[in-house]
Amino acid sequence: MRLYDIAHSRAGDKGNTLTLSLIPYNEADYSMLCEKVTVANVKEHLKEIVHGEVIRYELPNISSLLFVCHNALMGGVTTSLSLDTHGKALSYALLEMEIK
Amino acid sequence: MKNKIRIGCGAGFSGDRIEPAIILAEKAELDYLVLECLAERTIALAQKRKQEDPIKGYDPFLERRVESLLPALVKNKIKVITNMGAANPIEAAKKIIDIATRKNIKIKVAAVHGDDVFSQLAGKQFDFNDFISFSEDEKIIHHASSPIHNEQVVSANAYMGVEAIVEALKADAQIIITGRVADPSLFLAPMIYEFGWRTDDYDLMGKGTVTGHLLECAGQVTGGYFADPLKKPVENMDTLGHPFADVFADGSSIISKVDGTGGIVNLQTVKEQLLYEVVNPYEYYTPDVVADFTTVKLKEVGKDKVHISGGTGNHKPPTYKVSVGYKAFYLGEGEISYAGPIAYERALLAGSIIEKRLKSKTGDLRVDYIGLNSTLRKNFALNTDNVSEIRLRVAGKFQTSSEAVSVGEEVEALYTNGPAGGGGVRKYVNEVIGIVSVLIERNRISPQITVFNS
Repeated sequence: MRLYDIAHSRAGDKGNTLTLSLIPYNEADYSMLCEKVTVANVKEHLKEIVHGEVIRYELPNISSLLFVCHNALMGGVTTSLSLDTHGKALSYALLEMEIK
Repeated sequence: MKNKIRIGCGAGFSGDRIEPAIILAEKAELDYLVLECLAERTIALAQKRKQEDPIKGYDPFLERRVESLLPALVKNKIKVITNMGAANPIEAAKKIIDIATRKNIKIKVAAVHGDDVFSQLAGKQFDFNDFISFSEDEKIIHHASSPIHNEQVVSANAYMGVEAIVEALKADAQIIITGRVADPSLFLAPMIYEFGWRTDDYDLMGKGTVTGHLLECAGQVTGGYFADPLKKPVENMDTLGHPFADVFADGSSIISKVDGTGGIVNLQTVKEQLLYEVVNPYEYYTPDVVADFTTVKLKEVGKDKVHISGGTGNHKPPTYKVSVGYKAFYLGEGEISYAGPIAYERALLAGSIIEKRLKSKTGDLRVDYIGLNSTLRKNFALNTDNVSEIRLRVAGKFQTSSEAVSVGEEVEALYTNGPAGGGGVRKYVNEVIGIVSVLIERNRISPQITVFNS
């Protein structure tokens, strides 16, 4: 199953840090996402994009996860050579992830 | 003291649409309209305009927004709080007075300033050593390929909090135009003023900051930067409504939008915006409070209505964050398209030619294949067999603009020296202003207001 099918995400930027929320359409899927979408899995999935530490915050109050990905915007939003300097499209990179 | 106020957000960035704010001013029965128009880099670019012309340096759309909004603002007695002052809030305030005078409208405008650390140097050299370094990530930027020298710095602005805005409200200003202020503070200030909140009541500061954060990007909480035609359909995005919140004296609020406008406000849009650009939901830093988003509770209470409660705050940070703009490099870019049989292979050939031609000229060159991997930086389902068209994009960093043009020139030269069927060349050169953040002790910044009457 692809994360896209069960969850949505928004990307944000702060300097060279990328933030990715992960929000299940059905709040009942939250605990399953906590179990399957681990830091290790996300690091592996985004290894071409995120070159630093990944921190996962659990927000049971809104049944959502937040991944804070360091060294992920090619030097930072203002000086990156990437076409999408903010990494705004990268939420959909996370949603490409397959979970079993 | 009121027990409820209504605050709208009619712009989430400098280039935002104009009409949603007009609809809010005309139809939403607002008490306050906030226009958030100042991204991190926007102020550095504004500082450059001010250096070229001392009466410029405020938001380039100021006149357009104020001209179109002023009649409804006056008629409906709505106060405006906006950071469109950018690098020059005083001249922006004077410009608004000019517009009002021309329209025969009596109005009091307050400019909020004191954020401009760079101008306070009064010609002295900016020195990074005078500031506290920010975070590990900033250090990576700092010590990237080339360290940033003090001479490169073109702007430095502290993110101020609510203090001077509250003072301007007490002075009965109808339009408050600021330089750099933290975005949520633009919303928190009227709550403090209207509800008589103490600024050391960190629980209320945290709650108000939650609502401010949800509103600050305007359309991003009403279906913009959200819609997905398959999984998250949003209706009538061509007339997307911008949000307003009914904020209550206990710090809770209801986020909504004007009936009949496009877009949607629901749990999904609010959750996405709550976590947007948050690097630690337990500690969301503003100059007013370190807010905690992990206790926020959301409830849909009607069509396009979400009730926000909970959230809290702790202390006030001991420092202000300062955004420092510096001359980083010249960006040279060139693009060319290939289509039809073996489009991908022809684009690859073009890319390899460019790399050979340019590799001696810059150590920082990027070659992207738009349609394959330029956005996500990898292709998650790589299949190059049936690529019907592809666009080669080349970008490089250079010290001078005359060197940076070489990227576009080399891509253009592919017309007659490159693979068959290359078309649609575009070339660009831009000076890039980079931004790094540092911290400054509170006592080195004095937020202040200057009031003007038409």
